[in-house]
Amino acid sequence: MYGLFLRHFYLITRSFPRVLDLVYWPTIQITLWGFISNFFATHTTYYNNAVGVILTCAILYDFLFRTSIGFNMLFLEEIWSRNFTNLFIAPMKIGEILTSLVATALIRALIGLIPAVLLTSPLFGISILDLGIFLFFLFLSLYLFGITLGILVSAGLLRYGPSFENIAWSTMFLLAPFGCIYYPIEILPEVFQKIAYLLPLVYIFEEARNILINQTVDIQNIYYAFLWNGVYFVLSIVLFYYSFNVAKNKGTLINMGE
Amino acid sequence: MKNLVEVKNIKKNYGKNEAVKGISFNIKEDEILGLLGPNGSGKTTTIGMLLGLLKPTSGEIMINGQKLEGNRIAILEQINFISPYIELPKKLTVKQNLTVYGKLYKINNINERIEFLSEKLRLGGLLNSITGELSSGQKNRVSLAKALINEPKVLLLDEPTASLDPEVGDFVRSFLEDYKKEKKISILLASHNMNEVTRLCKSILMMKDGIIIDKGNPEELISKHGRKNLEEVFLKLSRSKNELN
Repeated sequence: MYGLFLRHFYLITRSFPRVLDLVYWPTIQITLWGFISNFFATHTTYYNNAVGVILTCAILYDFLFRTSIGFNMLFLEEIWSRNFTNLFIAPMKIGEILTSLVATALIRALIGLIPAVLLTSPLFGISILDLGIFLFFLFLSLYLFGITLGILVSAGLLRYGPSFENIAWSTMFLLAPFGCIYYPIEILPEVFQKIAYLLPLVYIFEEARNILINQTVDIQNIYYAFLWNGVYFVLSIVLFYYSFNVAKNKGTLINMGE
Repeated sequence: MKNLVEVKNIKKNYGKNEAVKGISFNIKEDEILGLLGPNGSGKTTTIGMLLGLLKPTSGEIMINGQKLEGNRIAILEQINFISPYIELPKKLTVKQNLTVYGKLYKINNINERIEFLSEKLRLGGLLNSITGELSSGQKNRVSLAKALINEPKVLLLDEPTASLDPEVGDFVRSFLEDYKKEKKISILLASHNMNEVTRLCKSILMMKDGIIIDKGNPEELISKHGRKNLEEVFLKLSRSKNELN
């Protein structure tokens, strides 16, 4: 019994990501649900159509989640199947690898999104299409941020190897409290608000609520969402190329499948 | 015969650890060069540098007259690799896997190429099988088919017959001999199977601690070291202090 305990104890203490993983999830869950509870306790009359707004935001968030995780999954699948080296010795440029992953991630996310959108109407009498033409811009913005996170995580996998996998699963949850998915930004403490304004998520979800609740469109929110998306997207591409070069120096690419 | 692979004084350091300490060798077309050495001698690092997966700290690699540095994609079109440490996606059928790699290597007549390879490598009945459900010997032949999908001019083999039964091992060795003769390709063979190396290789490099400690053809090495076979030469060199350099 003690031997089995030791086997897992050694594993945890030898890996910082595993220790982080133990602390990380409870902290994020408590923070996120704390803000949500706080919001509903103090703003009971904020939503006229609470189910519609919450469900719409849930679908938007799920699309972001699927895009990001979908991208990571494509990369991780190659590591798990020990096919990673085969791919990186194929005559493909890094840009070609990224483009094919980005396109495949979109198809995966859409396959998951369409049934969710279709189900909300008969089950809850709600249509996400109420967001009108701006729905396209919100989805596009979420897609961009999703693949940006995917590229950043993949850069980490290239740089640090499979031990970075836990981070792949947790990036979306780390950002969730700052994304203001289910509550307006004002509910966050001031320091968190400053961080949130540096992310495109807050503009996207604020705008979704603005359209649904106030029936108006604030172009500035959409503009800032795209602006931050552009910044992070370029940063993620630069980081991916940098990580590829580091991996070539450190030998991560050749050891990835072992 | 021209040199398809030219390695000039390559070094690879991981921080302070010198994994490869300046080695040079050539592989001619229609030649199989054996790369021998104990674990940790620098064989895998050398292969990684030839594949462009590792950047040499210094030195130069030329493949078919082109520098690897700056021409990685063009060179990758002309080389391929097999190792027991890498596999093809398990959930795909054999044909799907070969088609995927045919596309990645921009092969024009993929179906014809798959048909040719499946006939040569006895894969006919396996094309619609799930790759992950194949035996080790079958998987090995499928990996070989993948490695030949682009008709490589240079083939890098890391333990190509490890864990195969004698019959399949013999089949793979015979296939490689015939294929090399027919296509005039260069093969770098890293192996711990001394009988395999004796049979396939006309020249051998012995590596230890990141340097080439001896080289020659199997008979020369056996005679030079006064041993009965290559395995005894390997043991002697592995246990002794470095002889050359």
